[in-house]
Amino acid sequence: MDLSKAIFRGYKRENGRVGVRNHVLILPVDDLSNAAAEAVANNIKGAIAIPHPYGRLQFGADLDLHFRTLIGTGSNPNVAAVVVICIEDGWAKKVADGIKATGKPVAYFGIEQHGDHDTILRASKAAKEYVQWASELQREERPLKDLWVSTKCGESDTTSGCGANPTVGNAFDKLYPHKVTLCFGETTELTGGEHLVAARCRTDEVRKKFQFMFDRYQAIIDKHKTSDLSDSQPTKGNIAGGLTTIEEKALGNIQKIGRKCMVDGVIDKAEVPTGPGLWFMDSSSAAAEMVTLCAASGYVVHLFPTGQGNVIGNPILPVIKLCANPRTVRTMSEHMDVDVSGLLRKEMTPDQAGDKLLDCMFRTANGRLTAAEALGHREFVLTRLYESA
Amino acid sequence: MIHFVVHEEGDGVGVVVVEGVKAGQDLVGWIMEDNKEIRMTAKSDIPIGHKLALKDYKPGDSVIKYGVDIGKVVAPIARGEHTHVQNLKTKRW
Repeated sequence: MDLSKAIFRGYKRENGRVGVRNHVLILPVDDLSNAAAEAVANNIKGAIAIPHPYGRLQFGADLDLHFRTLIGTGSNPNVAAVVVICIEDGWAKKVADGIKATGKPVAYFGIEQHGDHDTILRASKAAKEYVQWASELQREERPLKDLWVSTKCGESDTTSGCGANPTVGNAFDKLYPHKVTLCFGETTELTGGEHLVAARCRTDEVRKKFQFMFDRYQAIIDKHKTSDLSDSQPTKGNIAGGLTTIEEKALGNIQKIGRKCMVDGVIDKAEVPTGPGLWFMDSSSAAAEMVTLCAASGYVVHLFPTGQGNVIGNPILPVIKLCANPRTVRTMSEHMDVDVSGLLRKEMTPDQAGDKLLDCMFRTANGRLTAAEALGHREFVLTRLYESA
Repeated sequence: MIHFVVHEEGDGVGVVVVEGVKAGQDLVGWIMEDNKEIRMTAKSDIPIGHKLALKDYKPGDSVIKYGVDIGKVVAPIARGEHTHVQNLKTKRW
């Protein structure tokens, strides 16, 4: 596929970033605000609430990550406008101010001294204005370099490593020369192949930062493990699918970054990349946690290869599923956007599989709903670093 | 028809990519790296996605896949046999 003149149709936001969805987000800062946020989204058609269980008595780096993830999610260019709801005014304003830096419309509401009813009434009025305003925004043609594409695999099996993941790798190799901003992560899932990622780092500085993130995560595993992690990493599903060791799983995982891309930078969880190229983000390998972090980092399309059939979606980030396992494609067809099982029958070349995925990526960017979007998968899962105070 | 795939020349295991492989079945494999065909006879029933050994292994041996070490053998494995958690373990963690 010649991508030299490739374009997509997206929503150009106030800060110059380009989204492929046009959500009005009702964002609870904490667990206590979920009920009000969901009531607002129920009142106002076209608004979407993203309830979650956290946000109280967190502190230090864990609290910083909480704010970074919420502000990043609201700032994502797939979001047109945001209504922030928090039990307290102060943190509602803090999150709203963080999102407001993008220039997009944001309103915030604290529940204390008002109660749910009054908060829901006022927040619904703001959400209604935003939804009507957003509904008039138009897509416009944008160059490929404005697209930010992330990847993470899930419920992998051995077909992931020889089919679906190399398909993402092929697509990444084709996108990379066109200054697309790309991302991969899953720190523990590089175990056994970390030397291959280190060898791909653009500079010694990037390599050092990657190794720091990798070692930091290994220390957490070493501190808390009670076994060799069999059943957790690889998961029961991975093992049922034929993956035996973390090393085998990691080598399959790494296929996603292709053969030509270099790792240009390393970011911590939910940090925002500062330029084009391939970024490694330190992250959990749990699907919803990682995809939530990609959305918070500003990625607008996600490529998700699966083997045994992960069903994940995200509230604001379209998650494109591809699969090379013929049994999964047959038994879970409603979840799959791209069938690359022909690869394992030699009916399709890796180059053709990569093109098929890119074709689906462009259609998705231009507005086609993914299987996960059509099925209502909106997994929004915040990463926690340690206990609350 | 391809029954199993091998990533690289020199790998010690292949991945079954069809359903219903039975012990005694003659299998055709595809080495993806250099687009070569190899033949093996299955010594176990092997589910889709699971590995078969391309050589004999004894405990302590390393298994190579993707040209890289994926773990240590903990029980003897015969050529053509199902290779999984019962005879192969991680070297990490």
